[in-house]
Amino acid sequence: MKQRAIRVTVNGRTHERTVEVRRTLADFLRDDLDLTGTHLGCEHGVCGACTIVVNGEAVRSCLMFAAQVDGAELLTVEGLADGERLHPIQEAFWEHHGLQCGFCTPGFLMTLYCFLREQPDPTESEIREAISGNLCRCTGYQNIVTAARAAAGSLRAGAS
Amino acid sequence: MSMAPARKYVSARIKRVEDPPLLMGKARYLSDITLGGMLTVGFVRSPHAHARIVRIDARAALAMPGVEAVLTGEQVRAFTQPIRAEMSGASYRSTDWAALAWPKARFVGEPVAAVVASDRYRVEDALDAVVVEYEPLPPVVDAEAAMTADAPRLHEQHPDNIIIQARYDNGETDRAFADAAITLRTTFRHGRCTSAPMEGRGVVASWDAADGTLTVWASTQAPHFTRAGLAAALDLPESRIRVIAPAIGGGFGPKMHVYPEDVTVCALARRLGRPVKWLEDRRENLLTSAQAREFVAQAEVAADRDGTILAFRATFICDVGAYSVYPTTAALEPMTAAGIMPGPYRLRGYSYEAYGVATNKCPTGAYRGVGMAFATFVRERLVDMVAAACAVDPADVRRRSFFAQKDTPYTTASGIIVDSADPAGSLASVLDAAGYDGLRAEQRAAGNGRLRRGIGLCAYTEFTGMGSGTFRRRGMTQVSGYDAATVRVEPTGEVRAFLSAASQGQGHATTFAQVLADELGVPLAAVTIIEGDTERCPHGSGSFASRSMVVSGGALILAARKVRDKTLTIAAHMLEAAATDLVIDDGRIAVRGMASRAVTLADVARLAYRPASGTLPPGVDPALEATHHYDPPPATFSNGTHLAVVDVDIETGEVRIVRYVVGEDCGTMVNPMIVEGQLHGAVAQGIGNALYERIVHDDGGQPLTTSFMDYLLPTTMELPSVEVVHSETPPPGSVSGFKGMAEGGTIGAASAVANAVADALAPLGVEVRELPLAPDVLHRLIARAARDGTRA
Repeated sequence: MKQRAIRVTVNGRTHERTVEVRRTLADFLRDDLDLTGTHLGCEHGVCGACTIVVNGEAVRSCLMFAAQVDGAELLTVEGLADGERLHPIQEAFWEHHGLQCGFCTPGFLMTLYCFLREQPDPTESEIREAISGNLCRCTGYQNIVTAARAAAGSLRAGAS
Repeated sequence: MSMAPARKYVSARIKRVEDPPLLMGKARYLSDITLGGMLTVGFVRSPHAHARIVRIDARAALAMPGVEAVLTGEQVRAFTQPIRAEMSGASYRSTDWAALAWPKARFVGEPVAAVVASDRYRVEDALDAVVVEYEPLPPVVDAEAAMTADAPRLHEQHPDNIIIQARYDNGETDRAFADAAITLRTTFRHGRCTSAPMEGRGVVASWDAADGTLTVWASTQAPHFTRAGLAAALDLPESRIRVIAPAIGGGFGPKMHVYPEDVTVCALARRLGRPVKWLEDRRENLLTSAQAREFVAQAEVAADRDGTILAFRATFICDVGAYSVYPTTAALEPMTAAGIMPGPYRLRGYSYEAYGVATNKCPTGAYRGVGMAFATFVRERLVDMVAAACAVDPADVRRRSFFAQKDTPYTTASGIIVDSADPAGSLASVLDAAGYDGLRAEQRAAGNGRLRRGIGLCAYTEFTGMGSGTFRRRGMTQVSGYDAATVRVEPTGEVRAFLSAASQGQGHATTFAQVLADELGVPLAAVTIIEGDTERCPHGSGSFASRSMVVSGGALILAARKVRDKTLTIAAHMLEAAATDLVIDDGRIAVRGMASRAVTLADVARLAYRPASGTLPPGVDPALEATHHYDPPPATFSNGTHLAVVDVDIETGEVRIVRYVVGEDCGTMVNPMIVEGQLHGAVAQGIGNALYERIVHDDGGQPLTTSFMDYLLPTTMELPSVEVVHSETPPPGSVSGFKGMAEGGTIGAASAVANAVADALAPLGVEVRELPLAPDVLHRLIARAARDGTRA
């Protein structure tokens, strides 16, 4: 099986590894770097649980190969909090009961992380559209939408 | 027994204590468990719905890099027993579900061989290299067809495909129908659904040859049932198996069952002497995790001229798939549907026939709202049909047909005792919150354009917190029915509780902590809840069928009271006061009215664990711990009313939900924030079941919905915001005041949406008798009604 050497920065830390070219980015993160916070819900790009940030954009790590992120800068759910201090989006999910089993949650957090940087003051329908590619089977999304609005508010307050 | 301290945490909206690790990606789910030397397992699965396995050639696979073993059904049967779900009762026929199919496979996806390799990539390579020769057999993929005399038989040892059948009549049905001014009869159908938790099933197994024990990490809702099922299949004593449930990514029912993959993975760990792991991928999940809801029912209703409902007659035919699932059996769905059919109605007559029929499809099992969702659909549609026939508002028909709260405990026409409920109160609260009269006025004003407005109601009762009495009455001999808790005050004064429940996201670490902190009079932060480990937690049933808060919660309260009483006895000795004069709050035990004469729980614990001569009261043993196994009354019923307002696009068949109101009565709410969250999610599943979700097979039993692009889960774009109105009808004789509530949202939603769609399309002559009402289905119904209308 063909291999490739890659160098990638994840949550501020640089890793150099040799990977099979067919190795998915999700498996690379989970199994090679032990960053198991990124979850696999469908492995065919529908559920969004494996969403991470690659060079500032939200991507599905089940649909990318590790070899494609050579030289890239990645952010996963493990890099969102500042030590034990939760990121405002995480804080809002906690406050507004935006998670139940928590399996899909990392994908929602990372999707919203990118979205709220693009659109800091979204309407409810903009939020709903932004996370319409993430599936959750526990919450009915209602509290996730509430949490996203609250997160937008606290991020704006923090920025000003 | 001493008085409980005032409830400080129960009924409060408290943020979940389990959330920070989940939010930070630190929680460990099954897929995150890695053991040294661990191998990965994958399954070769039958591509045929019904086929004889002629031979399996694994030579090419075994020669591939990283491949350690290939196991076939012919081999595995030498050292495993098939999974056999047992039930008492003459009509039940058990099925043998082998760890790997041999000599025949009975549904597409059934595991036929297992490949073990160094990692998943090598496993997937090798799966393609295993050559299986099949001799296809004629499949039967429809339950009604499977009941005919010449249908292919799935299980040759039985004379036909009927796994379970039951008949019942309360003795008044025929007379009620004869006396009725109105009788209506129709056939209802429900498509197949699946629970589709975001995390699939999974097992990690590790054999310790030194002491002959097996440790199994499983994504399970019921660790003790998993242990019992594995013990039987592996010929091991239960004491040699430890089952651990790590963080679970949703369950909703199917994760309470024991599956062939579980048995195979454990057998491989034992034989290979190395840890092995299997994770169900999404395709496997949609092929093989227990499915649900596939019913057809011929149903009749009898009513007075004013719409008062008098009686139902129904024949339920449930497609249970190829095998009877452990431990609840294939009787679970048809019998639950038949039993719950009267719902909150005061009926003169009720009779049913119920059948569970084997077909060459994935087995069906527990899924949120099991049986109840379909029976509610049948009943609530019939009620609306009566309302239409009598030209009476659907709300009025319900109001005049419910049993009254003052008549509870109420024995329904199916013989089930509803311990407490206020159906009319629930209905009134929902109509009031929704502004029902205003909604009807808006509907009239909306007119007859492309978007048609409809309003739907649904009233239901929800069977929760079942004790052994219910499971024995149903003949389910492998379901314990009780649950248990151990409460331990550690020598340092910290409190830990070990429960037989197993959370899959319901928030047990928070809600049980609220209950326990109140019972012991300690701060919430002093309490830790531990679940999901058969070695650390006492024996019980687990978390399914909306039972955790009632049954494990009851056990927790009773164990906590034993610890509190002992704490007070020791504290009384220390303070030289009478135990009855003590008050316990915030971890301090003080003499009433004398706050300075006090000891802390830590002081009491120190003494309890390091007694010296005469320091403990006479007759009091050391340590501060108690266990209680709690077998509750047969059941406690939640009840509720849903109201849906929809707009149906009659060109596209698309349904938009404009408004959604739920009236929920689950007794005392431990944490209203969590109750509402569960309701939102349960309603979402009911809406999904009503409008989008269906497992589709072709005529040969080939599933056509094996990805999330085919099996459609609702997203943010389809789901409404749900408005919730709470009411509390306390259960009599309850330890806790709690009722289960996990399923009501799903039970009510599908029917409320169906009735709303029916209401919207009634002027077009469309009759709603099936679920899901996916756009293509509605489009077909609208076109057919137009055709029939033209012809008329």
